[in-house]
Amino acid sequence: MTNALFELSAVGVRFGALAALSDLSLRINAGERVALVGSNGSGKSTLLRLLHGLQPPTAGRLRAAAASRQAMLFQRPFMLRASARANVALGLWLAGVSWGLACRQAMQGLARVGLAEVGERSARTLSGGQQQRLALARAWVLAPEVMLLDEPTASLDPHAKREVEALMADFGAGDDGRPMTMIFASHNLGQVKRLASRVLYLERGRLLADLPVQDFFNAQRLQATAPAAHLFVKGELV
Amino acid sequence: MSTFSQSAATAFDLVVSNDPVLWAIVARSLAVSASACLIACALGLLMGAWLGVARFVARAAVLAVLNALLAIPSVVVGLIVYLLLSRSGPLGFLGWLFSFKAMVLAQCVLVLPVVTALTRQSVEDAERAHGEQLRSLGAGTWLRAVLLAWDERYALLTVLLAAFGRAVSEVGAVMIVGGNIDGFTRVMTTAIALETSKGDLALAMALGLVLLAVVLLLNAAIALLRGWRERSEGAPAAGLLA
Repeated sequence: MTNALFELSAVGVRFGALAALSDLSLRINAGERVALVGSNGSGKSTLLRLLHGLQPPTAGRLRAAAASRQAMLFQRPFMLRASARANVALGLWLAGVSWGLACRQAMQGLARVGLAEVGERSARTLSGGQQQRLALARAWVLAPEVMLLDEPTASLDPHAKREVEALMADFGAGDDGRPMTMIFASHNLGQVKRLASRVLYLERGRLLADLPVQDFFNAQRLQATAPAAHLFVKGELV
Repeated sequence: MSTFSQSAATAFDLVVSNDPVLWAIVARSLAVSASACLIACALGLLMGAWLGVARFVARAAVLAVLNALLAIPSVVVGLIVYLLLSRSGPLGFLGWLFSFKAMVLAQCVLVLPVVTALTRQSVEDAERAHGEQLRSLGAGTWLRAVLLAWDERYALLTVLLAAFGRAVSEVGAVMIVGGNIDGFTRVMTTAIALETSKGDLALAMALGLVLLAVVLLLNAAIALLRGWRERSEGAPAAGLLA
């Protein structure tokens, strides 16, 4: 497990009678940009929550690199009834940084996502796209090695979607030349094609395809290796 | 009807003429209820916020008891506090019976379940919606409880209002533990009950008018404050689809 950040062996997650994830075995290495693809209820969000430690496995074994710093973004980020700056500083403060230092670093985070001018505005008065960028700033200031994103652009208008996607691409490339590991769930296959290096296709909690992005979007190769994923992609693209 | 209008006119005179007896009762009543609410809120907000977030084995049973306590009659609270404070009771050594402190304690016991239960509901709803995101940032149970309660602070103003309303308007508990002693433990509600039974409807009605005005003013102030803060801080996000 030289470079592996996550290693899953026959992992399963059940919610009562419902199997959200079944018999999942995979390995995610540092620097990869992994897209989770599949229809609603396929287990994408559960897998992200599992990797982030919000959901324990009910079967199998999950090994995560102990020292990896993680941050997770949700489809609708939660912003406290406070200023944008305070919302970014909160993440740092919860990570053990003093409030004063956290506020100073928060301003750098806001500048990084182009929101420096709205730092003192109430976070809840910002647009959906700005709130998602704010959530990206909150994640970025933590200097994570792994960023997990659960359909971060799903509820945004096209303009906001482009802005957030550009930031994701930027973060994925890494500020210090070292690419950040990024694992994101998306229904947007165009976005997957633009951002991912590897695609995991899930259906009813099972991993049916695990391919490099160029193979996933190669119709013949996909049909040969994962017919179900091929049908899904065809259905999505028609 | 003429009795009503005469009493109302006399009551109005008492209010505008700054009748010292009337205003002494009003001041004592507000002091008792405000003190009780302050103590109950300090405890109830914390307990309610924690209960809204924490998950433990006997939680369902605790919530069932808490909800049952919401409907506890004030005379029963009065009786329990009376027994606790009476000379032979476990708290008899304090010597609080028929005092201001006894009334504060009784009202505190009465409103504590209200504050705790309503805070718990508010924070639990917030936890269901946002708790996971705070957990992902590293917030443990207590921090989530405090952060979510703080985030719900305008909703919790309504809780404070409900608590104060319950405290200031109850009569049974303060009557039993305070004794309705003139100039010492007589408050608005006990005075209204006494003056009505004596047939002095003017003073009773004057106190009733003040009580109504206090509750109305408080409601209006909190509604204004909430509206103003919601407008300045909580406008829904534009740009979000659906």
